[in-house]
Amino acid sequence: MTARTTPNARPVVVDAVTDPASPASTREGEAPSENEREYRRLMRKWWFAAAIAAPTMVLSYPWLFPGLRELFPRGSAELRDLWIAMGVASLGVLAYSGSQFFSGLVQSITHRSATMHTLIAIGTGAAWLYSTVALAAPQLFPSEEFTDVYYDVTTVVVALVVLGMAMEIKAKGRTSEAIRKLIGLRPRTARVIRDGVETEVPVDDVRVEELVVVRPGERIPVDGVIVAGASAIDESMITGESIPVDKAVGAEVIGGTMNTHGSFTARVTHVGEQTALANIVRLVQEAQATKVPIQRIVDQVSRFFTPIVVMLAIFGFVVWYDLGPAPAFAYATIVMVTTLIIACPCALGMATPMSLTTGVGKAAEHGVLIRSGEALQGAQRLDTIVLDKTGTITKGQPALTDVVALGDLPQDELLRLAASAERGSEHPLGQAVVAGALGKGLRLSEATSFEATTGGGIAATIDGHGVRIGNERFMLESGIGLGGAPGPWVALAEDGKTPMYVGIDGKIAGLVAVADTIKDDSVRAIKRLRALGLEVAMLTGDNRRTASAIARQIGIDRVLAEVRPGDKVAEIRKLQAEGRRVGMVGDGTNDAPALTAANVGFAIGTGTDVAIEAADVTLIGGSLRGVVLAIEISKATMRNVYQNLFGAFIYNTLGLPIALGLLYPFTGILLSPLLAAAAMSFSSVTVITNASRLRGFRPKEALA
Amino acid sequence: MTLDQIVVTTVGMLAIIGIGAFFLLPKSSEVRATVGSSGAQELTIVVKGGYSPDRIVAEAGAPIRLHFRRLESGACSERVVFPDFRKSALLPEGEEVTLELPAAKPGEYGFQCEMGMLHGTLVVR
Repeated sequence: MTARTTPNARPVVVDAVTDPASPASTREGEAPSENEREYRRLMRKWWFAAAIAAPTMVLSYPWLFPGLRELFPRGSAELRDLWIAMGVASLGVLAYSGSQFFSGLVQSITHRSATMHTLIAIGTGAAWLYSTVALAAPQLFPSEEFTDVYYDVTTVVVALVVLGMAMEIKAKGRTSEAIRKLIGLRPRTARVIRDGVETEVPVDDVRVEELVVVRPGERIPVDGVIVAGASAIDESMITGESIPVDKAVGAEVIGGTMNTHGSFTARVTHVGEQTALANIVRLVQEAQATKVPIQRIVDQVSRFFTPIVVMLAIFGFVVWYDLGPAPAFAYATIVMVTTLIIACPCALGMATPMSLTTGVGKAAEHGVLIRSGEALQGAQRLDTIVLDKTGTITKGQPALTDVVALGDLPQDELLRLAASAERGSEHPLGQAVVAGALGKGLRLSEATSFEATTGGGIAATIDGHGVRIGNERFMLESGIGLGGAPGPWVALAEDGKTPMYVGIDGKIAGLVAVADTIKDDSVRAIKRLRALGLEVAMLTGDNRRTASAIARQIGIDRVLAEVRPGDKVAEIRKLQAEGRRVGMVGDGTNDAPALTAANVGFAIGTGTDVAIEAADVTLIGGSLRGVVLAIEISKATMRNVYQNLFGAFIYNTLGLPIALGLLYPFTGILLSPLLAAAAMSFSSVTVITNASRLRGFRPKEALA
Repeated sequence: MTLDQIVVTTVGMLAIIGIGAFFLLPKSSEVRATVGSSGAQELTIVVKGGYSPDRIVAEAGAPIRLHFRRLESGACSERVVFPDFRKSALLPEGEEVTLELPAAKPGEYGFQCEMGMLHGTLVVR
């Protein structure tokens, strides 16, 4: 779903939140500063609470310390005065350091939904109230043992939980680092040519169709097409491709990428929100806003979790009051407080969003856009990958592969004549021959005559020679005997190439062959996919023989050959009917239905087009390496998610019974509320720290 | 059982039932978004320890525009997320942030803070 505005709508901020160009999202960029303020505020609260908690902890049990024991003997007026002072100080801690818990409590009552704040507020508040009543009206309690105070619980719990919250903010900021990096790629100014003069203008003022000049070492300001000059461009920050790409006139350049040594002029194609970079940022943010499907179940649990903890705590109080040892009231209060404090709904709630944010961001850094939490969970469960041959495994452009000279002409001359003849041809195969010859530095001649026969071949006159290029029938119809040529023809065809006979002056002179060339890293990526335990299949419209030849070269065992474009979806469905979970890799336009039909659709991005609707995952770099990366990252992320969920689940299922005193009848162990507070803070920090561990994800060596 | 135990037990059990009913029973109050000058259905939602209102009713087939005002500083509620719409917005404290949602099919769509502690529901009819 995409945002839509009614025609006469005012500009709306939120569409803008996702756009690095707008003020709203500069805010996104500045978000750390708001987080920073919140962090500082929490740290002030922590220091205040800690400063009071430390002496409170000691002075709550003066009889344990020689020296203090004599100064404040049990039952003395001095001790009572000291405790009154402590009570006032800890009220200060509650009011200042713990204020968010109590406003949270009030709101949770008005909203009828309980949060972590509810638990902490009730817990610390109950401890404080108990202590204060014990101090103010000891006569209400049956014996003196009841009248110990628990101000240490109040202050220490507040201090530790506040410290935990501060650490959470720090760690959370790190998980969204990827987005900040991407936004930071955008240069602030661009050099445009206006009225024939190079002028430096803010990047927001650059218009489509304007010419921008990019000098060596500069960041390319916006998307464009090179119209003059050439350079090698480092696109690693967008595509994950580590080697700079050579680009010349006619090539697309992506805003945010780095120009290396050359300089060039580019015609602007996209600005502002339309640029590839802005789209990438938007897609990553959209993906981070989705949910991993498993989190939906967790959310159901966590909605009930907090109220149930409150109910359990009261239940614990009642049981300890009725059945527990004396002083029952004190024990019951402590058990209730401990139970409220140890429960950590936050760990449950954060378990997956933090990992998702980090994982999706990490993938984007490597040029892989994972579009949703569902895609992430889906990608790691795939067992079959279907690769569309053309444009996915291969470059999608035929190139000259072989020249076979059979007559007296040397190879280069044969190629030169054939290429000169093909110059007039518009057929991609012919152009591949021309490009191949030019690539060898041959000088081509003008044709004095040219004639093309559809589905047959071409006839041209070059330097006075009659040159004919075509298939068997075309040659025979032209009266040219094939001689020994069909032998090499069959050999080339079996290798998956497209051979063509070349006849010169009425005699067979040799063959030229072209083939769609395999991308440099396809073989390695396929090997990695198989190493990850995936079955790899190739889907192609080629005949079975050609397809098998290519499949052999690249190490694919399953070939789906002779598939018409319209039947791709059926092939995917067939595999799914075998019980497989299928990932389909193809281009975003022709293969869109197949991408949608697959469990996870991977679209090969082309240049600046990254927002491919049908895709669950977009590979910006266009290399199959991205599929491997996407799967590795999703495996790593989901492992992280399960660790977090498992941790949060185990923590709560072990922590709550212990807090309720289940161990007490057997071992006499009762958890201290202070330890509970430490455990609770630690558990939520652990979840976030574990998630930010994903930031250290590195693709496997073989892919670098 | 002594008298005080009976009192504590009774009060405790009543409190458990009361808390359960208070937090867990379905909430009935809902607020309907009104069609503003833009033609979109609009509503302002205050974020403070929760979303108020937290049950929003809108018509199917028309875009929905929600104005969020966050009146607290905690990190928990700083982002509101509509997972079904793949939309989220950062809510700076004290500022009004507008979230634009496309026309939706009838159904219930949840929204929440990033950590899933605060919840709201958008009901499209």
